[in-house]
Amino acid sequence: MNAIEKIIATHAGLKVVKPGQIVDVKLDYVMANDATTTLAIDVFKKELKGERVFDREKVVLVMDHYTPCCSVDAAETHKKMRQFGMDQELKYVYDGVGVCHQLMLEHHAKPGDFIIGADSHTCTYGAIGALSTGMGSTDVAVGWKEGKVWIKVPPVIKIHVSGKWPKGVYSKDLVLKVIGDLTAKGATYKALVFEGEAVRDLTVSERATLCNMGIEAGAKFAYVQPDDKVKAFMKEWGREYYPVIEPDEDASYERVLTYNVANLEPQIAYPHSVDQVKPLSDFEGLEIDEVFLGACTNGRFEDLETAAAILKGKRISDKVRMLVTPASNAVYMEAMERGLIRNFIESGAMVSPPGCSACFGGTIGIIGPGERLLTTANRNFKGRVGSPDGEIYLASPATAAASALYGKITDPRKVI
Amino acid sequence: MIKSKTIKFGDNVDTDQIIPAQYLSQATIQQMAPHTFEFYGNFTKDFKPGDIIAGNDNFGCGSSREQAPAVLKERGVSAVVARSFARIFYRNAINIGLLLVECEKADEIRQGDVLEIDTEMGAIRNITSDSTLEITPLPPFMQEILNCGGIVKYLDNRRG
Repeated sequence: MNAIEKIIATHAGLKVVKPGQIVDVKLDYVMANDATTTLAIDVFKKELKGERVFDREKVVLVMDHYTPCCSVDAAETHKKMRQFGMDQELKYVYDGVGVCHQLMLEHHAKPGDFIIGADSHTCTYGAIGALSTGMGSTDVAVGWKEGKVWIKVPPVIKIHVSGKWPKGVYSKDLVLKVIGDLTAKGATYKALVFEGEAVRDLTVSERATLCNMGIEAGAKFAYVQPDDKVKAFMKEWGREYYPVIEPDEDASYERVLTYNVANLEPQIAYPHSVDQVKPLSDFEGLEIDEVFLGACTNGRFEDLETAAAILKGKRISDKVRMLVTPASNAVYMEAMERGLIRNFIESGAMVSPPGCSACFGGTIGIIGPGERLLTTANRNFKGRVGSPDGEIYLASPATAAASALYGKITDPRKVI
Repeated sequence: MIKSKTIKFGDNVDTDQIIPAQYLSQATIQQMAPHTFEFYGNFTKDFKPGDIIAGNDNFGCGSSREQAPAVLKERGVSAVVARSFARIFYRNAINIGLLLVECEKADEIRQGDVLEIDTEMGAIRNITSDSTLEITPLPPFMQEILNCGGIVKYLDNRRG
């Protein structure tokens, strides 16, 4: 069996599972955020007649999409979430502390876990070797009540990545390239496993960018086999590291795609679909109105550090506004202590408290008709961040920072 | 048997299009429903309760928001026909009892076509173009959930 099958088998209490098989799996965590929780609460109470969640320490609620609230509706949503958290005596209810996926990485997910979340980017925790996937509010409510859900064992596509990373090219560029090749539906019902020398060379933070975007190709899971870097990450966060499940040598995969990053250029996904990807050079010089650095895709410390190094001592163009949103308070504080927040502010960027911010068009940083947003987030859907007559381009933090300096899409290799 | 006219979309209809982010904080599906597909004139002007929605590949991709199939159901969409569906949307729709019909030739359906969907016979009759389109049957497990009217009732039945 491959690692995906082994983790599913462990949670299903079976010795062997095969692709296509439907099994019930035990859940290590069930996460929900403020865009999806209230619907789940309604289903839990009214339809499932739920009284208590299966485990008060395994149900995690996060207010990140609408926090701090900018509407009375959102404030009511939060009120209902907090009340549910209190009624159920939940141990983990976060508000304004960070994006749900970053908090799950920092405080909860472990290698070998099986986790569901009412958010499509739940697949992020594959970066530390957990199997995690997004589901809707009803499935999550069932998970709250039962502590398990049904899942169909997916076929696995292996993405083998070799080569040394060139300057100015990052895991975001690789994953955009992969999604462009696979298409937005290329991994639907399937799992992606990233492996090879170039993946081993990535930090946990960069691996999180890879896994985060698996859903943009439709993937159920995205996964990187944990190694010493994951071990160090777990230790850094004061958590135990469990023995890791290794794939069998004769593990089977549906197919293997191979990449070599040595020749990879910075990539851009252009409106209005994440699989519309071309090398940055095709868009060089395209004028932009707003730059967003943040999100569960690229709002971690290293992302901020890369961007701040490019901006240091310089001013962003008068033609753009730039918004920086750390993915969590831990990221925020580290960025403060290392002087990055000062760099951003002195360069002319705005810095907001942690949360989904301008990735999700629910609170701040939204764009007007005819405006162009260059963002480190994961989606460029029409109207995702404000006006449906605006345009959204996706890129790496380095590309975002370089482009902010010139007010137009700029190759970061020119300024690093 | 379902018979109604079709509101047609293309590839990769994402859940942000079906119900934009800024409305998800509203308290009820009934409050969100008037904003369904609000950027799309073909829906806002022409949709009547009972109508069919059709798309091509990867219908319902993107965000896991269950509010997307829920507002379609609330507005009275009788079925969503597409060449393929995104995984989370598919599961959410079945869970809440919204009929999804997978049809390899959904790209031949045009805005305004009147369709007759017979899931038992496994076929869509396109009355406007006078043609018949084959339906890909639901996997038995999903059909069972849909027959029960959604996952909640399915789980009730399973417990006996």
